[in-house]
Amino acid sequence: MLFIDAYIYSPFAELPMQTKRMTYPGRFLPYALLAPQVIVTLIFFIWPAGQALYQSLLREDAFGLKTTFVGLENFARLFRDGSYLNSLSVTAVFAIGTTLLSMTVALLMASTVNRMIRSRSTYTTLLVWPYAIAPALAGVLWWFIFNPSIGIVPYMLEMVGYRWNHRNSGSDAMLLVIFAAAWKQISYNFLFFLAGLQSIPQSLIEAASIDGASPTKRFWTIIFPLLTPTTFFLLVVNVVYAMFDTFAIIHATTAGGPAQATNILVYKVYADGFVGLNLGSSAAQSVILMVIVVALTMIQFRFIERRVNY
Amino acid sequence: MVENRPWANLIAHIVLISGVALVVFPVYVAIIASTHSLSGLLQGTLPLLPGGHGIENYTRMWQSGVSNAGAPPAALMLWNSFIMAMAITVGKLSISLLSAFAIVYFRFRFRMFFFWVIFVTLMLPVEVRIIPTFQVVADLKMLNSFAGLSIPLIASATATFLFRQFFMTIPEEMLEAARVDGAGPLKFFKDILMPLSVTNIAALFVIMFIYGWNQYLWPLIITTDPDYYTIVMGIQRMTSEENPQWQLVMAAVVMAALPPVLVILFMQRLFVKGLTETEK
Amino acid sequence: MSRFTLHALAVGVATASLSLSAQAATEISWWHAMGGQLGEILEEMTEEFNASQDDYHVTPSYRGTYTETMTGAIAAFRANEQPHILQVFEVGTGTMMNAKGAIYPVYELMEAHGRAFDNEAFLPAVVGYYTDTNGNMLSFPFNSSTPIMYYNRDMFEEAGLDPEQPPETWEEVADFSRQIVESGAASCGFTTSWPSWVMLENFSAWHNVPLGTLENGFGGMETEFTFNNELVARHWDNLHDWQEEGVFKWGGPGSGPDSEPMFYSQDCAIFFGSSASRADVAANSEFEVGFGMQPYYDDVDGAPQNSIIGGATLWALQGHSDEEYEAVAAFFEYLSQPEVQAQWHQQTGYLPITQAAWDLSKEQGYYDENPGADISLKQMTLNEPTENSKGLRFGNFVQIRDIISEEMEAVMTGDKSGQEAADDAVERGNDLLRDFEAANQ
Repeated sequence: MLFIDAYIYSPFAELPMQTKRMTYPGRFLPYALLAPQVIVTLIFFIWPAGQALYQSLLREDAFGLKTTFVGLENFARLFRDGSYLNSLSVTAVFAIGTTLLSMTVALLMASTVNRMIRSRSTYTTLLVWPYAIAPALAGVLWWFIFNPSIGIVPYMLEMVGYRWNHRNSGSDAMLLVIFAAAWKQISYNFLFFLAGLQSIPQSLIEAASIDGASPTKRFWTIIFPLLTPTTFFLLVVNVVYAMFDTFAIIHATTAGGPAQATNILVYKVYADGFVGLNLGSSAAQSVILMVIVVALTMIQFRFIERRVNY
Repeated sequence: MVENRPWANLIAHIVLISGVALVVFPVYVAIIASTHSLSGLLQGTLPLLPGGHGIENYTRMWQSGVSNAGAPPAALMLWNSFIMAMAITVGKLSISLLSAFAIVYFRFRFRMFFFWVIFVTLMLPVEVRIIPTFQVVADLKMLNSFAGLSIPLIASATATFLFRQFFMTIPEEMLEAARVDGAGPLKFFKDILMPLSVTNIAALFVIMFIYGWNQYLWPLIITTDPDYYTIVMGIQRMTSEENPQWQLVMAAVVMAALPPVLVILFMQRLFVKGLTETEK
Repeated sequence: MSRFTLHALAVGVATASLSLSAQAATEISWWHAMGGQLGEILEEMTEEFNASQDDYHVTPSYRGTYTETMTGAIAAFRANEQPHILQVFEVGTGTMMNAKGAIYPVYELMEAHGRAFDNEAFLPAVVGYYTDTNGNMLSFPFNSSTPIMYYNRDMFEEAGLDPEQPPETWEEVADFSRQIVESGAASCGFTTSWPSWVMLENFSAWHNVPLGTLENGFGGMETEFTFNNELVARHWDNLHDWQEEGVFKWGGPGSGPDSEPMFYSQDCAIFFGSSASRADVAANSEFEVGFGMQPYYDDVDGAPQNSIIGGATLWALQGHSDEEYEAVAAFFEYLSQPEVQAQWHQQTGYLPITQAAWDLSKEQGYYDENPGADISLKQMTLNEPTENSKGLRFGNFVQIRDIISEEMEAVMTGDKSGQEAADDAVERGNDLLRDFEAANQ
């Protein structure tokens, strides 16, 4: 969510008025106006981020009574640690799975709705409201549906011979969280795909159909390529969502298990820090996540911005 | 559409209806489950039609929660969620408006520096600074408080940038006219900028409210006193015990999801605007 | 009101509040993790203490699960806001013990305030877990439990077994289970909650086999795991084979959340669980329940030895005034009285920590009315604890337990043999032990 607004309202957007702008002179007032945001930012964002950086270089006991400076040892250890490498791959699988599933379904819905005229707004309303559902709730809902003893899906799966149990099977658990995460994102992707589709000039499509192209051909040769900027943008947003906003889904359902099968990076930071009380390692993991976020942000602004702002 | 093939339309409708069904299904299940008694649910197959225990379940969840699992009454949790969401929304909107105003309409030293300071928050979601932020809040004695629940979340840059963008589209003439009239910056802000920004503010209000209401990780970490639990995180407590009381969990889920959903349904246009408005 | 009256009223109020504050009780706070029923009983007990005297007042406060309570208290400590008394689960003992600047060892506390604390009065198996190598008590045992065997007497009868005779050896467990399954009385013989606690930790103690060096970690942080021995590997392999046969059903890792429901739904006839689940079991089972001790392998010398405890203890935290510690000492003394202990034990199913409390319950005829309620006690006191059965003290044990049950699960799914899984668990566990050692140098 944080990225979408930044994209649309790009801090780097060039507007004609920016170069020569009338302003008020400011001596005291601008600082006063900025003060609330800056102060809160410094106290609750910058300072803790700095702390995380610092703590990642330390090794301490749970109570903070004994602290040793260990340099990059925490980081080195992470990359030697099987469970961290596992977490990296689990996160990758989870992010890719969620993104693909969610975007595909959303694109299908959006292109179908785009065809409609009278029922478009009804369908849109019906498809948009899940955005309101918190990831935590989405997790709980799907967990319930997939509950091995009383859920409806295992019941049906058993009729075709598959015994679902996400408590024992890592792949079942991964499927479960992917479903929950993807389900929640469908509305968001749908909205953007719809907006993207609607910005494609009708004339192009009409010209193609006059040329005899079937709907499918039209889609793949004209529409889809023109959707590329939107698709790219959504890719980044979805990956960020899958990596960060899905903490709640994991925490409320599988808690990283079974046997680390759904222990995504952001969950591991919490588990190692809060539960395992290994603050140095948790801080090091936070720093790595920070690097990833910064990289993704830069990709977003550098490459995608330019493409979309004609 | 260019052609008008009836069967293609039919397929389209089928696809869409399946999509809607997929999207609605989990919530439907929740509503159904919240109207049955626990034993009805534990039988092994989920009933697909509402049962008769709805009122009982909702009342119980509303009034007394599931004290065995440490989940306070839903009424309390919903209230906490509401306060938190409103505090975050109002807080975020206010400080973003002020900051955007300062950045766009003033020339002062360190302007770009502050701009970057604010921008940095985009790259620091709470998940990458969980423990240190928790420590800061603990040091400031803000655990288990509404201040602690909301203030750390109000400084992110999204709203600031949106307002900045918007302010930059406001014609220079407005500012000139105000100056000619002898209006100082604050008067300009109050009498001209604010009224023009109303739609944007409303659109953002919707998004922020949903964002604030759905907060999970942060309330989870900084509240240990059940009196401060919010509804979205409180539900997790109920599911984490050995034998969850599913019918109550589902009732809580429905109650937790209802306000944001209603907000979207009734303010859909504003919501969509807030999410997708592209530059024209 | 006339000015004079108002004035007099003001003076009166001031005097009254002055005298009240002169008599104000010393306030101390207690953070605990007992929710629901247990929490209510705990609060009642605290109220009784508060009501019994005027000098001290204890305020209990529920802080979530054991993990959350501990994490919250540690965070509070770092912010200088820690409570006076903290309930910590047994796997947190390593961390607490090594936090020398944070804890106030109970024996020191009690001595400093002249309160009676006769080590002999306590049940050795309970107290042993929480003493240092010199036998001094570091924390106050509050709610301790030990795993016992619950079984479905009705099903035993149906299968042609004598409901008065629970199985005593693992052979018998397997045989009885086979009989039950074959007779059609149930689809599974036995299941277990808390697999690591039951099938490794207690299993080892019960067979007088060590879990790690240096007296299971009591001797120092340099301890290493040694539980990848033949006996454990054999038992885990057996569990796997029994599961293949249908005799055993794995109840899930960690706390084994699927096991209890299987017992209540009469899917499985035998269930290994905490003695403190007694009340739950009674409430949720619609059949006659029998109680038995843990089984053992009769070809192992020294088995059965005694079982070790789980549950939690109360730690006193540093950073408070002498007066407040006076209050803590008084409260601990109150809690160790036989009447209070006996009542707590009877209401909750947790073990009494003193011999006197046990005797009192016997006198009250509690065990006659509630057969099987003393199985846990008998099991724990079967023999004098050895260095393998005093308990365990490993750092980072919260995560290590998870690792152990993960590895056990790999055995159940057939991915690893018992020996392989135990070896891996030892390796991964040792890594965490070394981490803990390094962080606490």
